[in-house]
Amino acid sequence: MSFLEAIRLALSQIRAHKLKSFFTLLGVTIGVMFLIAVVAVINGMGRYMEEEFAGKLMGVNTFTLRHRPYFEMNTTDEEWRSYARRQRIMRHDVEPVVAALPPDILWAIESRDNIPVSTKDMRPRDVEAFAVDGQFFEIRSLNAASGRLIAPHEFAMGAKVVVIGQDVKKRFFPTTEALGRELRIGGVPYRIIGVMEEQGSVFGLSVDKFVVAPMNSPMARLLNRRFGVIDGIILKSNSMLGMQEGMERVRQVMRGRHKLRPSQPDDFSIETTESALTFWAKIENILVMAGVVLPALGLLVGAIVIMNIMLVAVAQRTREIGIRKSLGARRRDILSQFLVEAATLSTIGAAFGILLGMGLAAIVEQASPMPASVAPWSVVTAVILGAGVGIVSGMYPAARAARLDPIVALRQEL
Amino acid sequence: MSTHYDTPVSSTAEREAVIRSAGLAPEEDWVIVTRGIQRDYDMGGEVVHALRGVDLAIRRNEYVAIMGPSGSGKSTLMNLIGCLDTPTAGEYWLNGMLVSDMSDDELARVRNREIGFVFQTFNLLPRATALHNVELPLVYAGIPSQERKRRATAALERVQLGDRAHHRPNELSGGQRQRVAIARALVNEPAILLADEPTGNLDSGTSAEIMRVFESLATEGQTVIMVTHEADIAANARRIVVLRDGRISSDERRDTFAARVALAQAAH
Repeated sequence: MSFLEAIRLALSQIRAHKLKSFFTLLGVTIGVMFLIAVVAVINGMGRYMEEEFAGKLMGVNTFTLRHRPYFEMNTTDEEWRSYARRQRIMRHDVEPVVAALPPDILWAIESRDNIPVSTKDMRPRDVEAFAVDGQFFEIRSLNAASGRLIAPHEFAMGAKVVVIGQDVKKRFFPTTEALGRELRIGGVPYRIIGVMEEQGSVFGLSVDKFVVAPMNSPMARLLNRRFGVIDGIILKSNSMLGMQEGMERVRQVMRGRHKLRPSQPDDFSIETTESALTFWAKIENILVMAGVVLPALGLLVGAIVIMNIMLVAVAQRTREIGIRKSLGARRRDILSQFLVEAATLSTIGAAFGILLGMGLAAIVEQASPMPASVAPWSVVTAVILGAGVGIVSGMYPAARAARLDPIVALRQEL
Repeated sequence: MSTHYDTPVSSTAEREAVIRSAGLAPEEDWVIVTRGIQRDYDMGGEVVHALRGVDLAIRRNEYVAIMGPSGSGKSTLMNLIGCLDTPTAGEYWLNGMLVSDMSDDELARVRNREIGFVFQTFNLLPRATALHNVELPLVYAGIPSQERKRRATAALERVQLGDRAHHRPNELSGGQRQRVAIARALVNEPAILLADEPTGNLDSGTSAEIMRVFESLATEGQTVIMVTHEADIAANARRIVVLRDGRISSDERRDTFAARVALAQAAH
């Protein structure tokens, strides 16, 4: 009997027992559905990380010099203590670092923290406050929606001016014009000179809840108490190659300034979008593993159900097996008939699961800020898993059917 | 009708030797030759001798009934002749092949090509149409779909059921079902048509109808072997073999058999 013949036979069996087949499929369908959906969400987040997050929060060809890594997981207590002992990056580090780099490189310095801000009539709220200098706005691709950016002389003088994000504007000046008004930060009034364009959100968290003031303004002391301490130096090259070379030069300058011997490791960290993405990749692996457990359980249940249903089917169809054998079906014909039936059943289950999983991924995408993108490999895996589950769980029942003695099988009462 | 096999299972010389040792003429066209076949069953440690050495030779075109009371071994003999089982001892030659030594898969192939079964309970697949039921042996013979359809339709027409091809068994009468089963048995042009109580589930009118089908098949040259315990059904055959306690107790032509039955009845 040919393979196509066997599939046709299997399909007619499945059609003949629609309800039973439906329940048989359920386990595989649910397993595959979760596989597709979970992988789609993880995959979507991964893509999002690369396209949106990395660009929005870090920018391309950009690297940051900090005293400790920003994107890191599984930091041990010991590492934390060593980070705490490290020298901080200082303002007087900026000039030598920038001097070591080609003139076309953009630089900025920042200190940042969550601190409360308020107005005369509004209660304080926490916002992400940045004290910056250099080409901060160019590097972060921030443009003013209204008003203007901080001017060089304001940076130099440490003028008490701020530009604010859309969320801050909406919070404190929902109906009125924000430009020219006062924002109180640490009890000091700052004049709002610009409102930034909307940035959107990363993982559903708005990145528009920020204020930016000059590094020389009094706000810097709220972010880093010790005078001259800054959180990091941000450097943007115009090419990948320039960035890599720049990173190496910065490393050498900082090692020199910290008087490190060649045997000593760096006591600062230089991070790129790569670091952020590596960090993400680590999370992704954990998520994928966690995401695989659920579908695996579904498939296991599906396999057990299919095996049971096939055993029942073999028992119910003993007479049919006897008839087929009497007409010349060999063991392998009967074996393949039941194997193909089990495999077809579970592959159909997998197909439903793929469709439902895609639907689930679409719903997740609509209902939550999390993006989802169905991975082609997960669809292929689902199909292979579907057929595999059927074959594995159909093996024992099919072998039992194939071994039946035709005389005994023919004698079975209908 | 010649065999479809590429390689003979055993040599012609071997077969001839067996036929000679049975006191038969090797040049004659023997479809079935059994030599001292025995079949023992192990029933929980106790050995039951269902067949105690049966020598039976059947020529092509013969129409033979095998009779006997229950427990005589006629079912066992039918299973052996039908290649559903192999003997414990003895030789069985079917259409020039030594069947008694064959493996399961070889037996399946022989059943597929050499034997057409007709059962008491019809044994049609209930969900399949008459046409599909008749096609089944061709499926296992690996015949392509178009050719199958053509041959199955022809076989159905041969039993006057061409117009019932797309009916399912439950839409057919008992006689029609048995005729579908006969069409299925004939579709592979088997060496023997092997019927096991073919009228056991039919009323006498329908039984007569099935017997007429058998009669015309036999007239057309089909070898027919029919296992039955009913004397009036057996009387349709041209040769009647009676089994008793696992051995052949009589093997006669119909006319002599009928005469003996008449005598026995007259004696009572």
